[in-house]
Amino acid sequence: MRLEPKPAPSLGVTLLFPVMAIAATLVVAALLVLAAGASPFSVFPLIVKGAAGSQFAILETLTRATPLIFTGLAVAVAFRARLWNIGAEAQLYIGGVVTVVLGTGALPLPAIVLIPLIMLASMAAGALLLAGPAVLKTRFGVDEVVTTLLLNFIVILFVSMLLEGVLKDPMGLGWPQSQRVIADAQLPRIIQGKRLHLGFAIAVVAALVTWVVMKKTVLGYEMRAVGHNIGAARFAGIPVNRVLMKTALLSGGLAALAGFSEVAGLKGNLTLDLSPGYGYTGIVVAMLAMLNPLGVIAAAIFVAAIFVGSDAMSRSAGVPSYIAQVMVATALLTMVTALLLTRYRIRWK
Amino acid sequence: MPLTNALPEPDAGPQADAGATPVLRLSSITKRFGPLVANDAISFELRKGEVIALLGENGAGKTTLMNILFGHYVADEGSVEVMGKPLAAGDPRAALDAGIGMVHQHFTLAESMTVLENIALGTQSAWKPRFDRSAARQRIARLSADFGLALDPDAPITSLSVGERQRVEILKALYRDARILILDEPTAVLTPSETDALFGTLKLLVGQGLSIIFISHKLHEVMAVSDRVLVLRAGRLVAERKTAGSSRSELAALMVGQEVASPTVAEPKPGPVVFELKGVSTQGQGNAARLDGVSLALRAGEITGLAGVSGNGQATLAALMAGTLSPASGEMAIGAQAISDWSPRAALAHGIGRIPEDRHAFGTIGDMSVTENVISERYRTPRFSRYGFLDWKAARAFAEAIVRDYDVKCPSPEARIRLLSGGNMQKLILGRALDPDPAIILANQPTRGLDVGAVSFVHRRLLEARDRGAAILLISEDLEEILALSDQIIVMSKGRLSTPSKRGQRSIRELGELMAGQGDSADAA
Amino acid sequence: MEQAFDILFQTSFWVAAIRIASPLIFATMGELICERAGVLNLGIEGIMTVGAFAGWFTVYSGGDLWTGVLVAALAGACFGLLHATLTVPLGLSQHVVGIGITLFATSLTYFTYRLALPEVTTPPKIVPFQPLPIPGLSSIPVLGQALFSQTALTYLAFASVAIVAWVLYRTPVGLALRAVGESPAAVEAQGISVTGMRIGAVVVGSALMAVGGAFLTMSAFNSFFFEMINGRGWICIALVVFGSWRPGKALIGAILFAAFDAYQVRLQQLSGGVVPYQLFLMMPYALSILALILVARRATYPKALMIPYQKGER
Repeated sequence: MRLEPKPAPSLGVTLLFPVMAIAATLVVAALLVLAAGASPFSVFPLIVKGAAGSQFAILETLTRATPLIFTGLAVAVAFRARLWNIGAEAQLYIGGVVTVVLGTGALPLPAIVLIPLIMLASMAAGALLLAGPAVLKTRFGVDEVVTTLLLNFIVILFVSMLLEGVLKDPMGLGWPQSQRVIADAQLPRIIQGKRLHLGFAIAVVAALVTWVVMKKTVLGYEMRAVGHNIGAARFAGIPVNRVLMKTALLSGGLAALAGFSEVAGLKGNLTLDLSPGYGYTGIVVAMLAMLNPLGVIAAAIFVAAIFVGSDAMSRSAGVPSYIAQVMVATALLTMVTALLLTRYRIRWK
Repeated sequence: MPLTNALPEPDAGPQADAGATPVLRLSSITKRFGPLVANDAISFELRKGEVIALLGENGAGKTTLMNILFGHYVADEGSVEVMGKPLAAGDPRAALDAGIGMVHQHFTLAESMTVLENIALGTQSAWKPRFDRSAARQRIARLSADFGLALDPDAPITSLSVGERQRVEILKALYRDARILILDEPTAVLTPSETDALFGTLKLLVGQGLSIIFISHKLHEVMAVSDRVLVLRAGRLVAERKTAGSSRSELAALMVGQEVASPTVAEPKPGPVVFELKGVSTQGQGNAARLDGVSLALRAGEITGLAGVSGNGQATLAALMAGTLSPASGEMAIGAQAISDWSPRAALAHGIGRIPEDRHAFGTIGDMSVTENVISERYRTPRFSRYGFLDWKAARAFAEAIVRDYDVKCPSPEARIRLLSGGNMQKLILGRALDPDPAIILANQPTRGLDVGAVSFVHRRLLEARDRGAAILLISEDLEEILALSDQIIVMSKGRLSTPSKRGQRSIRELGELMAGQGDSADAA
Repeated sequence: MEQAFDILFQTSFWVAAIRIASPLIFATMGELICERAGVLNLGIEGIMTVGAFAGWFTVYSGGDLWTGVLVAALAGACFGLLHATLTVPLGLSQHVVGIGITLFATSLTYFTYRLALPEVTTPPKIVPFQPLPIPGLSSIPVLGQALFSQTALTYLAFASVAIVAWVLYRTPVGLALRAVGESPAAVEAQGISVTGMRIGAVVVGSALMAVGGAFLTMSAFNSFFFEMINGRGWICIALVVFGSWRPGKALIGAILFAAFDAYQVRLQQLSGGVVPYQLFLMMPYALSILALILVARRATYPKALMIPYQKGER
């Protein structure tokens, strides 16, 4: 068996394989539903209804998509330059920490100043967190996959320490949680009385900006060159290590915004269950989006819909909601295979 | 020692029993890669104790044919028979079991492992609970003695010279009782004396009844070792000759097809020295040889050819000039300016145009477009970017200009460069390097693997650049290319350079001795 | 301060260290086999989760303990086969596929667990492997007691190191395995299938990882709960690097690491809550990063690690 590159694929082929990947994912999900003793024909409609069947459902899906857009962008940017940032989870939590440190009354500033300030500070913290593994990679040759993964555990323990220590809410009845952010640090709701908040709009803007950076700027060009062929990039005079550093800062900053937006927009305070693995799911979002920043928006909404829909379905149909995680992971594996097949032909002899 | 030393006596033993069943028969082998027909209905037979030479230029389809024979590729049409029995396609194991041994052009050795481990790899049953080292050692010792291939079985491959590594490859085949030995460009990496030793070994092998296929594009070697010559051109078998009844000039004409006009070279008008190394030594990169006190001066309007057996430091010198390596000691100067802070970007800023040896690994970014590739060395200049934003319109216009001026065949400037053929890729790299009209040019193996048309195109452009006043360093393993283009020639051996010689000043033999590292004795004599 | 030093001479400390090391030894050997063949297996964390669940669930459903180990190994092998199919013949990014396998294996395990035990709040316990003191040896003070009064699965972990080392350095298969991680072209030229070797290595390696996971439920915690692998897989990847891809060195690394882990737990108790316990819990992860930094400079990777191979390529 060997792989042969295809000439530039037509639009049809470009779309065909990803569609097949989604279909394969649904087949896996259907098998799980059958294993749970339910019928896919009743469960799938319940998922769709739960994710998009009402205004509430749609807003809930968009709310859930918000952190995924940020972590998806963080991963897409990093993977483009082949910087394997698997630490978006940690960067997210650091963003949350900075948000409560600055947002719980330490800075008596008007919202218009305070919110951007917190945003920037969160980004800086996330950027610095990824800068560590990036330096270890460029200076010492330490594989960033393992360091970023291990940092996830360290940072979550660090957050736990803060929540039981200096950041602990004295009125929290002993729970490990922080104080709530003050009103001026809260992101306003997009629709009054609903959970969807300004964080979603910021996420969309972030995706647009990231798209512009990747497509139109010198930095985006350098990042793609480094990611596609680091040897040729270095030979052409592209400062590879500096580009990787900038990529790390951008990626870490974007992931931290997820934590900022969840705390300042949705939860109001920092707890240890701020993220049910948004950092890891961001990898799936980025791959489904084929690392395209605009695609990240769609992929994040798609993944969020699976989660929100499965939660709703699980309550009524009795299929464990973990089916959502399985579907998302399956989608990742089938999609990377599909992307390969759009570009290569398999010859069996 | 002349190369023809190992010439087999034309009417001596081996051919006496020729004419019996062929040990190998290829029947109308055809292999296509997309639109390219690499092998077009090729048929031939190999008899016992015979050496046939497969002669052809780069890209004529020799290596593809041998890869089919050895099971790396599967032919689209045609069949192979060994000793009268059909050979299963696409299975190196079947080829090995049938008694075919192959010495690849690029050795297939696990470098961190020992000679013994490499030779015995895959020869003992996978289910054996213990690898029998002593049996392997004995067998290797016997084969070494029988064929004069002395090697320490416990030496790691990394400690061996290129010639010794080739011996390991030959032993690998003999260890498996190969009856047919295929050698793909075996002399490309050898010094003349190592080549002589190889020819001696081949003679012993033939004497033992082995049959040999010798792949080469070097005419004198083909004349020296073979009984019969098959000439391949553009994927087709165009001629078959008895070596004894043929001549170099006839084979040359058959190989090339049409008469290639060797480039007309105008008298050089050497200007001042624009690039200079004074006693430069380096750490060396990876496995590449380090430079040891190298001095070199490139003059404007002159092509300096660097000859040498590969792996003697040419790659290191190229890396130094390209900016990917800095000198550990010694001085480097461009114009009158001594260089301290050195990088690829600095090299470009000092006006060095660079054609890298490996166009896939360093010359291009395969998954990016033609446009994105042509600007890769200059995207930061005001022509292509402002305030951190790229001007894609200007970039595209530039790509179109290069495609037009350098006769690059590509579907569109937006096409991934991976889809271009080697020749077109090389023309694009040439265009990217030459367009800014560089004062200094590094051309490292600029025509490797290209067809005749592309080769003469590259040569013409390099000569034009010279006539415009550029100083060019041409690094090539092809001595004929060096001789045809260079105004002065230097030879590299073991990280050191010979004194330069003007065009025609040294004979091929003298150059060969320098390549073998026999100092500048030729000059003294 | 003196107390902190005394810990090192307690038998219970060394018994704990060896117990903590056991699952790491299995999984490290598994990862080592994969990487020696040229495949980085980041599915390790998920495959250990699968193994932990499969082993435990087999016993919980009435199976024999050794059947549980076997089921765990088979389950791990299945996910290994999936990983290998995507990364070896298809040559997909080993980073992305590995993370994907971890997410897939973990979520599938959790789904199955919820399906099998829908209403359970506290995970049910099983009767685990019991300590099996080896007569004579186990009465040697401290070290003898630590090494030879463990469960059968721990002995198997140590045996696995010896087996892996023997196979790698003394058998024809091991020779081919090492060669395929260094120079797949050399292996193919000698008539051995690169794809076959690599798939085989990943499948066997994954089975070992899963047994490592099973150790946790069958010889340490006696039940299955979510997130119980807790980064142990990632630590094993660091241990492989730390051990320079050699079984013996990796074993020493695993024991050192486990000793440190056991030590920090005791130190934590000694500190009496003055120092936040999270700082102690962070240490194993921080230590892994530190170990990577220390060896990174002189690490000699298998040359073909993470580089996919296509037939006939050189």
